Amino acid sequence: MCAVRNKQSRNGRRNRSEWFGVDPVISVGNLWKVFGSNASQVVASDELKSLSRQELMDRTGAVAAVRGVDFDVAPGEMFVVMGLSGSGKSTLVRCLTRLVEPTAGTIMFEGENILEADAKRLRDLRRNKFSMVFQHFGLLPHRTVADNVGYGLEIRGVPRAKRGERSQEVIDLVGLTGYEKSYPDQLSGGMQQRVGLARALAGDPDVLFFDEPFSALDPLIRRDMQSEVIRLHREVGKTMVFITHDLSEALKLGDRILIMRDGQVVQVGTGDELVGAPADDYVRDFVKDVPRSHVLTLKWIMRPPRPDDELDGPELSPETVVREAVRSVLGADKPVKVVRDGELLGVVADEEILGVVAGEV
Amino acid sequence: MVAVAVPRRQIPRKALIVGGIVLAWLVLWLVFRNVGTLALDASELTPLHRWINSVNDAVGASRNSNPVFLYFFNEIRLVIDEFVTFVQALIAQPSFGRPVPVIGWLGVVAIAGFVSLAVAGWRVALLAVAGFVFLGLQGLWQESMDTLSLTLAAVVIALLFGIPLGIWAGLSDRANRIMTPVLDFMQTMPTFVYLAPLTLFFLIGPASATIATLIYAAPPAIRITAHAIRSVPHNTVEASESLGATRKQTLLKVLLPSARKTIVLGVNQTIMAALSMVTIAALIDAPGLGKTVVKALQTLDVGTAFNAGLAIVVLAIVLDRVTTAATERRSLPRWAFFGGFGVTGVAVYFSYTYLWAAEFPSEVEIGSSIRKGATAVTEWVQDSLPVITNGFKDFVTSVLINPLQALLAESPWFLVALVIVALSFLIGGVRAAVVSAACLGVLVATGLWQDAMITLASTLVATILVMILGVVVGVWMGRSRRADRFIRPILDAGQVMPAFVYLVPILALFSATRFTAIIAAVVFAAPVAIKIIADGIRAVSPATVEASTALGSSSWQTIVKVQLPMARRALTLAANQGLIYVLSMVVVGGLVGAGALGYDVVAGFSQGQLYGKGLAAGVAIVVLGVMLDRLTQAAAKRWTN
Ligand SMILES: Nc1ncnc2c1ncn2[C@@H]1O[C@H](COP(=O)(O)OP(=O)(O)O)[C@@H](O)[C@H]1O
Ligand SMILES: [Mg+2]
Repeated sequence: MCAVRNKQSRNGRRNRSEWFGVDPVISVGNLWKVFGSNASQVVASDELKSLSRQELMDRTGAVAAVRGVDFDVAPGEMFVVMGLSGSGKSTLVRCLTRLVEPTAGTIMFEGENILEADAKRLRDLRRNKFSMVFQHFGLLPHRTVADNVGYGLEIRGVPRAKRGERSQEVIDLVGLTGYEKSYPDQLSGGMQQRVGLARALAGDPDVLFFDEPFSALDPLIRRDMQSEVIRLHREVGKTMVFITHDLSEALKLGDRILIMRDGQVVQVGTGDELVGAPADDYVRDFVKDVPRSHVLTLKWIMRPPRPDDELDGPELSPETVVREAVRSVLGADKPVKVVRDGELLGVVADEEILGVVAGEV
Repeated sequence: MVAVAVPRRQIPRKALIVGGIVLAWLVLWLVFRNVGTLALDASELTPLHRWINSVNDAVGASRNSNPVFLYFFNEIRLVIDEFVTFVQALIAQPSFGRPVPVIGWLGVVAIAGFVSLAVAGWRVALLAVAGFVFLGLQGLWQESMDTLSLTLAAVVIALLFGIPLGIWAGLSDRANRIMTPVLDFMQTMPTFVYLAPLTLFFLIGPASATIATLIYAAPPAIRITAHAIRSVPHNTVEASESLGATRKQTLLKVLLPSARKTIVLGVNQTIMAALSMVTIAALIDAPGLGKTVVKALQTLDVGTAFNAGLAIVVLAIVLDRVTTAATERRSLPRWAFFGGFGVTGVAVYFSYTYLWAAEFPSEVEIGSSIRKGATAVTEWVQDSLPVITNGFKDFVTSVLINPLQALLAESPWFLVALVIVALSFLIGGVRAAVVSAACLGVLVATGLWQDAMITLASTLVATILVMILGVVVGVWMGRSRRADRFIRPILDAGQVMPAFVYLVPILALFSATRFTAIIAAVVFAAPVAIKIIADGIRAVSPATVEASTALGSSSWQTIVKVQLPMARRALTLAANQGLIYVLSMVVVGGLVGAGALGYDVVAGFSQGQLYGKGLAAGVAIVVLGVMLDRLTQAAAKRWTN
């Protein structure tokens, strides 16, 4: 089931309602993180909570890094959180594993409120349920690649032989075969992040968190690593929460994207939803340089059939990306019908296609 | 000639006031010379000194009845004594009813070689073996082993406390906040000063020597360990936590291994500090090479002092090389490890069983040649170089030392006190004035005012010389990478050497006078000052220097108008550190003719009735240190803002 959904999610993107036929893996409710000695006072006061970040800073000296964030992540989903530097992404993702202690709110993980977990339960969760990949890798310089990858297992008390076996498996999976005995400082940045990835995968967690894992890498290597993550997502079918400040990365990877600004959620949606229906000027500004034909699907540009339309042309699904429909639409001498489950939703003709493509130049 | 309107240079008001104060002082000095100088003869005592003596006697008498002693100080002393005696029994002193130590020279050499091989590699192992054999050849095997025993005992105890404390300070901000000022204080206190009070509680001997060494040697271990733990990148720790590691797992598997290299560096510092202090602790009857040096200095036997000094240097070099090399990651092949282990085992067994392997053979010996050679060189120098050495000595003495000492020590005490308080006020405001007044009050109370003023004069002269050297060499090093590469290792080596070692050649050159003590202090303090200034000059932004050069400045102009002013912070730090280092040599200076406070302290160690006076002199040195430290820091703050 999961694999099928994944394949589907990579090919034709689904809209919001389609994600939630099932219970979410992670469900975040009204999450606040305030840095500062008076943090709990801030979240107790509706007045203070309504202030902007800057005003709050001026009034109380506290920094509200995450402000009332809500979202759900579905099983197997690749959920991307995107925002500019300082918007609170790292804080948010650290709150999810309580590397940073949230100030208020709820974080339900598989039906359990993580904020109520005691230290031992939290360790169990971290050991078995989720793991994280960091921007600056966080590798142990005095350990070989194999020992870095096996570190999480070692901590759980997995015997050496089994640890070696499992480490080898994930090392092979991320394409590091042959480097088991190297030390991190002998590897390039991209390779080091593969070690980080392998370490996160070694414990076979349910959810993987990524905090801008590729921001420190060169553009070419970054592209390789993005493809690598897409491949892994397909192969291991894990739920992933991915932080980035790079919109193209977000669009490339994300099933759904959450846009953050000053600690708040601005919009959550699939890539085509953000581009097709930006929630406000902030998002519109963000997505204005995106090549729309690569992101928008036919459902965003179709129009209702007019009486003079000939309705015996070719059919396409509403989830077809514009770029892939160009040839069929321009090649046909009649409007293309947009059809789902035999029901006619609208038509797309040359002018609609050209409207999108022309808008890009 | 073109007429140019020359703006009249404004002399700052402060400078005028200072000038006025100094002028008034000079005039009053002429009038009141030798009045109210609070002079005290060498054998004269004040009631305070007698009172301290009586306290000392009372403490001595109650040592075996007072519960605080019975259950606290005596216990500590016993444990430490036992421990030191045990280590000495292993390698240094006849023990367990045997005429020789448990492990003889062959065994010790083998162990030194094997340990060096395991932690530092082949070359260093060879150096260690050669070094230890050389100690034997010098005819100083037993003295060297005594020094080594004391050093090792102190290091073991220092690390036993220091590393856990360091880890604690590394993990907890609060612990760090509490420990930092205590460590600062321990490290800025002149080293000899705690010797006297320690003997009050722990008697003269190895226990006091070890505790003094601990006080001196533990701070680097604590500090560097804390620093090492703190510098482990946060994201590494976070990654470990994110995988569900407990605090203990993160400490053992992440923090300590990542910090290992730096912690070993801390161990190195601790060992070097301990060696230096153990030799100095000869003043309170610690056995070993230091004692040989002290005795030879007291009889002006330069040859013997040189031989023993050389042994200290050899020991220092070996210990330093081994621990420095130990910071690197290395693994010994199995066969080499077990081979070395086997050979060492056999050597230890031989040295336990056979006399030839236990006592260093006295037939092969080069110590006497070294002694003779050093004596001959000294005599030659004293015969042939007096023109240069005496010329320099007389020049500095008559131009700097005599006038300054006359002014400070022959003015009435209230006049000097008034001047110092006024200057303090100008430099650092009310607070500085109050601190200085309090310090001066304590100086008067110690009954050693005039001695303190003489010592102050020497200290100031030494500091001036240190700063001159510091600026000249520091600027040179800061401007030339080549000079830096060449000079820095020499400075490093100089800092590693125990302070005693300098005394010998300097004494040979200048014989026992105030001047000799000053030069010894300069040699001791200059490396720190030079390094600080060199780093400060180097840190001046190259862009600024380039801009100045582009405007056509000469090198001299660039130095004077750009680099030195921009390195102000380094200059003031160098002056501050220079002063503290010079002061910590005051007591050593007392051994070579400095007189005044240094002599008072040294005499206090050796003669019972001068005990109180010596202790008071120690207090006076600390108080001088506190006052000068505060003043230079206040001046630094003023000048760098
Ligand atoms: N430990 C902290 N203490 C105080 N402020 C913090 C801390 N961590 C983050 N912040 C503040 O919270 C805000 C969000 O930071 P962060 O979550 O790192 O943003 P992002 O990852 O999106 O760049 C920033 O203004 C940052 O300065
Ligand atoms: Mg971030």
